[in-house]
Amino acid sequence: MNVWKYGDDINTDMLFPGKYTYTCSTAEEIKPHLLEDLDPTFSGKVKKGDIIFGGKNFGCGSSREQPVVGLKAVGIQAVVAKSFARIFYRSAINQGLLLIESSDAVESYQSNDEVTLDIEKGIIMINDKTFSFPTLPSEILAIQDAGGLLNYTRNKLKEQ
Amino acid sequence: MEMTFAEKILANYANEKETIPGQIVTVQPAHLLTHDNTAAIIQKVDEELNKYGVYSKNLSIIVLDHVIPAASEKTAINHKKIREFVAKHDIKHFYDVGEGVCHQVVVEKGLALPGKLLLGSDSHTCSYGAVGSFSSGIDRTEAASLMLTGQTWLKVPQSIKVHIKGSLSKGVYAKDVILHIIGDISASGATYCSVEYHGEVEQFSVDDRFTIANMGVEMGAKNSVFFVDDITKQYLKSIGVNESAYSPVIPDLGASYMQTLDYDLNNVVPMVACPHTVDNVKPADQLEDIEIHQCLIGTCTNGRLSDLEIAASILKGKKIHKNVRLLIIPASKQIFQEAMQKGIIQVLVDSGGMVLPPGCGPCLGAHQGVLSPGERCLSTANRNFKGRMGSKDAEIYLASPATVAATALNQTITDPREVIE
Ligand code: SF4
Repeated sequence: MNVWKYGDDINTDMLFPGKYTYTCSTAEEIKPHLLEDLDPTFSGKVKKGDIIFGGKNFGCGSSREQPVVGLKAVGIQAVVAKSFARIFYRSAINQGLLLIESSDAVESYQSNDEVTLDIEKGIIMINDKTFSFPTLPSEILAIQDAGGLLNYTRNKLKEQ
Repeated sequence: MEMTFAEKILANYANEKETIPGQIVTVQPAHLLTHDNTAAIIQKVDEELNKYGVYSKNLSIIVLDHVIPAASEKTAINHKKIREFVAKHDIKHFYDVGEGVCHQVVVEKGLALPGKLLLGSDSHTCSYGAVGSFSSGIDRTEAASLMLTGQTWLKVPQSIKVHIKGSLSKGVYAKDVILHIIGDISASGATYCSVEYHGEVEQFSVDDRFTIANMGVEMGAKNSVFFVDDITKQYLKSIGVNESAYSPVIPDLGASYMQTLDYDLNNVVPMVACPHTVDNVKPADQLEDIEIHQCLIGTCTNGRLSDLEIAASILKGKKIHKNVRLLIIPASKQIFQEAMQKGIIQVLVDSGGMVLPPGCGPCLGAHQGVLSPGERCLSTANRNFKGRMGSKDAEIYLASPATVAATALNQTITDPREVIE
């Protein structure tokens, strides 16, 4: 597993350039352009289970969801940041991508540190240090448990 | 309990007496805005749309504006799919290419009204706070779900009160005010929050309020809002909406705020957001050795009649610098027509400007004036992220229409106070 570390204000154009918004919408189309202008090595090297660390305001900018769809599709286990922009945060819930808000964990992480996650317990371990993160409210957990918002909506429509 | 604007309006929509920050409520928005991204949205739930239909044909507002007219076969196919969807489901509020930028169209057609809650699959949906609406951006997946069910969840935000006093000096505009504020509180300074504007705001027209509310998301806000006053009422009347058609929501006097910020407009000067973040703001007169290749006046932030009028007043009888390209994009067809009738377009074209169709133009880097590596653009838009207007090795600076017009004359960034008589 790799950890990718970036700074503050990582915006949606860095995560997925706007010029592709109307030509790429499926996961396969999105993958090669992920983080293209921020880190050209990312899309070639990213592996399932990798974790991204970011600073403040991760995912700010556009409402485009390709960054989240793409990060989920390449198998990113979680994005850990000091804070997230709100549309990106909602988008992650809708796609079932785990976001962890923890300034302490971000500040503690140094390259090559060992990182492990225990989602059920709500903890992230960096070497021998443990940081806890809050679990989500029930309304939102229901969406995550269904495997994202569209599945949740489909289940609801079927019930009606 | 005394409530803020956001707490009140979310209580109304959730059928609750009151709400508190952090509470999650289920709401049915008055409208859902989508644009060219409608094609990708409906594709996600194609099967369900066929089976269950849309929740309501009045819910969606669809405006084709992002890549208009279509720039490639792919964008043309998307537009065609959207037109077919609109016809099949009898969508009531559809505006085809050429009508204008979505946010301008929503306000101009009277679809955003005081006291209403609107969501949109576009981050600048927060613009409708200009007329006292609560409006916020969501993603495509959520828009797809809303089309089917008509409802979603929202978290009640904390609120920030921005208190305005003083008045703007000559050559300083609403755009400078919002750039000044974002420079001060940073690109994440209002994350998850509702931003309310209080104080001496009667000096701001609805156009000015639109510019300020539009950029709320650039400081991370969920929504930003100006409360209904005579200026709002007069504006709404001018577009054919009578007072009986809406019920304004005004915060209670004793409501509690996470933060109160005071700004004295007498201290605001022409500002420029420098690459590559919107909060990297500097006074225009400190940037006078920066050479600009392309100037853009338009977008949902500053493509309104008053913006074009200000630019024309600076460019009248003059020629832009020979090494500068000046792009003009009226934010809507209606604005374009009015600008023609008033002779504004004539002045702008005479000075060397090039007029693009009412839409987003090169704002998102898809077509019509993208930048090459090493080029610099001074734009009236709201976002200057790296790579947004084409090359990642280009630079985008943001300013008011007056600063952009003055710069077009000189080729280097120019404080408009130097050219305004
Ligand atoms: S003009 Fe620019 S910011 Fe406004 S809706 Fe269009 S692309 Fe977005």
